[in-house]
Amino acid sequence: MATKKLTPPTKLTDKDTKTLDKLQRLAAKALETVRRGANPTLEIRARTLSNVSFNEQKRIILLGDKTQAREFFNTSMARKFMQMFLVASGCKTLIDEGKTVSIRQMYYMTKHTLRGSNENTFEDQSESDPIIEDLEVGIDVLREELHLFANRRGLVVGSLVVNDAGDVIDLARMGRGGWGIPSICEDDNLRFVRTDAEFVLLVEKQAIFHRLHEDRFWSQHKCILMTSEGQAARGARRLLQRMATELKIPIYVLVDNDPWGLYIYSVLKQGSINLAYESMRMAVPDVRFLGMSAFDYKKFNLGKPAEIKLSKEDIARAEQMKAYPWFQDKKWQREIQGILDHGFKMEVDALLTKYVSFITEEYIPKKLRDRDYLQ
Amino acid sequence: MSKESAPPPVALPEEMTPGKPARRASAEAMAARQRDISVSEFFAKNRHLLGFDNPAKALLTTVKEAVDNSLDACEEAGILPDILVEIREIVPGTSSTNPGRFRVAVEDSGPGIVKAQIPKIFAKLLYGSKFHTLKQSRGQQGIGISAAGLYGQISTGKPVVIVSKIGKGRPAYRIDLRIDTKRNQPDVVAEDTVDWSGKDHGTRVEIELVASYRGGRTGVEAYLEQTVVANPHLALRFVPPKGDPIEFPRVSYDLPREAIEIKPHPHGVELGMLLNMLQDSPGKTVKQVLMDDFSRVSAAIADEITSRADVPSTTSASSLHGEPVERLHKALGEVKVLAPAASCVVPIGEALLIEGLKRRFKAEFYISTTRPPAVYRGNPFVVEVGLAYGGELAADEPADIMRFANRVPLQYQAKACAISEAIYQTNWKSYELQQPKGSLPIGPLAIVVHLASVWVPFTSEAKEAVAPYDDLLREMKLAVQECGRKLGLHLRSRAKAESEHKRLTMFQRYIPEVASAMAALLRVPHDGIEGAFLAALPKFVNIAEEPKEEPSPVSDDRQLPPSSRT
Repeated sequence: MATKKLTPPTKLTDKDTKTLDKLQRLAAKALETVRRGANPTLEIRARTLSNVSFNEQKRIILLGDKTQAREFFNTSMARKFMQMFLVASGCKTLIDEGKTVSIRQMYYMTKHTLRGSNENTFEDQSESDPIIEDLEVGIDVLREELHLFANRRGLVVGSLVVNDAGDVIDLARMGRGGWGIPSICEDDNLRFVRTDAEFVLLVEKQAIFHRLHEDRFWSQHKCILMTSEGQAARGARRLLQRMATELKIPIYVLVDNDPWGLYIYSVLKQGSINLAYESMRMAVPDVRFLGMSAFDYKKFNLGKPAEIKLSKEDIARAEQMKAYPWFQDKKWQREIQGILDHGFKMEVDALLTKYVSFITEEYIPKKLRDRDYLQ
Repeated sequence: MSKESAPPPVALPEEMTPGKPARRASAEAMAARQRDISVSEFFAKNRHLLGFDNPAKALLTTVKEAVDNSLDACEEAGILPDILVEIREIVPGTSSTNPGRFRVAVEDSGPGIVKAQIPKIFAKLLYGSKFHTLKQSRGQQGIGISAAGLYGQISTGKPVVIVSKIGKGRPAYRIDLRIDTKRNQPDVVAEDTVDWSGKDHGTRVEIELVASYRGGRTGVEAYLEQTVVANPHLALRFVPPKGDPIEFPRVSYDLPREAIEIKPHPHGVELGMLLNMLQDSPGKTVKQVLMDDFSRVSAAIADEITSRADVPSTTSASSLHGEPVERLHKALGEVKVLAPAASCVVPIGEALLIEGLKRRFKAEFYISTTRPPAVYRGNPFVVEVGLAYGGELAADEPADIMRFANRVPLQYQAKACAISEAIYQTNWKSYELQQPKGSLPIGPLAIVVHLASVWVPFTSEAKEAVAPYDDLLREMKLAVQECGRKLGLHLRSRAKAESEHKRLTMFQRYIPEVASAMAALLRVPHDGIEGAFLAALPKFVNIAEEPKEEPSPVSDDRQLPPSSRT
């Protein structure tokens, strides 16, 4: 492992000290086990569908207590066991040096060829990413506590002033681009300064964000406009939850009318299976589904050009979603069934079959006015 | 001596065949004409049946007859065989149509032959044939050494030369013999005593013949190599026409148990043979013949047979003809009798079969199976299979198959043989070997299959392949499968050992990595951590030597008790 020869002592935060302690305990326990002549074992909560459940009260997906043992002296686990300690050691280096890297950089930090062979510690980033998640769950720390971040994704503009690592940024003055959502949005380096926004509108697609931004939708409607740019990254989800709890304003989501759009909404609302251990600080159970609804087709008289035929995968995914416990409410069943009955899906962009700013001037205002959303 | 124990085929008298055609000649007239056929003519017409169809095969058959006779004689006398086979080229052959001339000498350490018997044994066809008894012997092969001598005489004009000595202090006689082909009688050309002081007893046969010497699967060398596999008690020295002599030292000092003669079993007798048995018993009643000449037939069973056949038990045996004989034959096949005594079959034995394989192959793994005695058509038989795997055997070629009937290698007609069929029909893939559909398994494998029986059913008179009777084929397959399963176990445990080794090196690769990471996390020296992991390692990897699957040394309770040897 490439370690720097001399690192100036960095001042550790309390969080850092705690994380280091957890990492050390992981190693100490394994070493103690092997010294007894036993098989060193890491207990990791299983991130599988069978180990997540929908908590009706909290209305979020939570990870269960089922753990899986990862042993070193086990043909199928030894490599992952080794990788986990490589990542743990890499994170310690970052904490010691007070630096933060992307998960891709961590992949390169820990990648090398094993002595006397042509086997690499990691062959691909797809091998190291799940190991990082295992470590988060395994020692119960957050990714940022390991000094790691994912590639940032998502943009914000609107009536909000934030303090990002000491810089005060007015999100109403972001030009045409918008403010990029950092991958870590914890309150030790991101704070809300002030806002007069009455709601947040999150749109799935960057192009819709651009349409609304160019039309100054957020200024006319006193809101904060966000895009997740597809499936929402951790930063965007964390930011959204903090807006919901700290700014105490409603959040609306606008996605395509297809199973995938619904799933983006679903992850924002109650969390995902893979990151179920993060639901508590990322899910926003009150988030409102503004559209597009299958019933918008008639309401807004959209017609043939807006239709895209459902594929086999679309239908299978819709059926799958109908069975999820968090979509059991009648109105959701109706909504999903609506897509299946149509036999087609619609993109938000299809609203441009009417006219360019139809979405800004008629579609969203009418939906808001009519309180035409699902929750 | 010729041990032709096969009953000669007997043609059905014409009045027995349905749809009776007009008579052309009387039986008497036909018999008279048969006597006119000279032995040499008979030979010339039947040489392909007797194993002399071409010069290469003639050489093989000559060696084979002599060696088989020597082995039979030694075993019968209770002597451990030492055999010398010498082949000298007298006139080199120039082409396949113009073969050369060779002199074959086979010398044994057997009991020797009484001088007066020598001419009859070596120069009279069909002499010594036993008819009413069956006994497991090699002698089923071919028509006997006299045919080889006759072939030599016809092709070169040279007499057969015999040297024999029957005991210490006794003279050794050298006799030059010719066959009087007109009378089927031996002619002593020359006779002398010679000095053979180096030998207490034994016999040497020399035959000069037109032949060609060939290598490969059907050659003399292959025959001898296979013979030593099936005869671990044989010490053999082979002097080929070119190149160095080859020695095969003895690997077992146990002679095979002496085979016991048995009478035909009611379920195995053929119609022609039955007819002959009845005809050859003048003055006896049918019941007497049944009781005297068949095994397992008591007075009560004889009565049952005759009543089933509706033949009065007191009928004179030699007076029976036609339909009553057929009914008798049918009744014999149906009557419930004990299976023949298994003691008349002598297997090689599991341990000795492995010793035999070790003589021929340097392999990594040997296994053998001797099946319990079984019966087909009233004939008891035992199937044995031995496998040699790995070592110096060729890895990418079809398995080397060696077929034996009563310890004699079968070198021709592999495709037509029940033994090959049993191997084809076995699914070798389940024993970790490759096998193209319906053919031999591929791999460093040699398979020996031995069929021991008082009466081996060959597909033809040439006696080159075993007929696929259901009972035989089933036993052969069971034996092959039994060995195959053990081979599969061995190969799987070897694969497991290999994967254990892979596991070991994998842990050894990862330990330094884990140790470095832990050392950095805990700020303790790397070496101590690595040491702790390496110390725990043996607990989790089975690094023991490759588990050896010893072929179970024969606790052969299935082998029959040795009979007292005289």
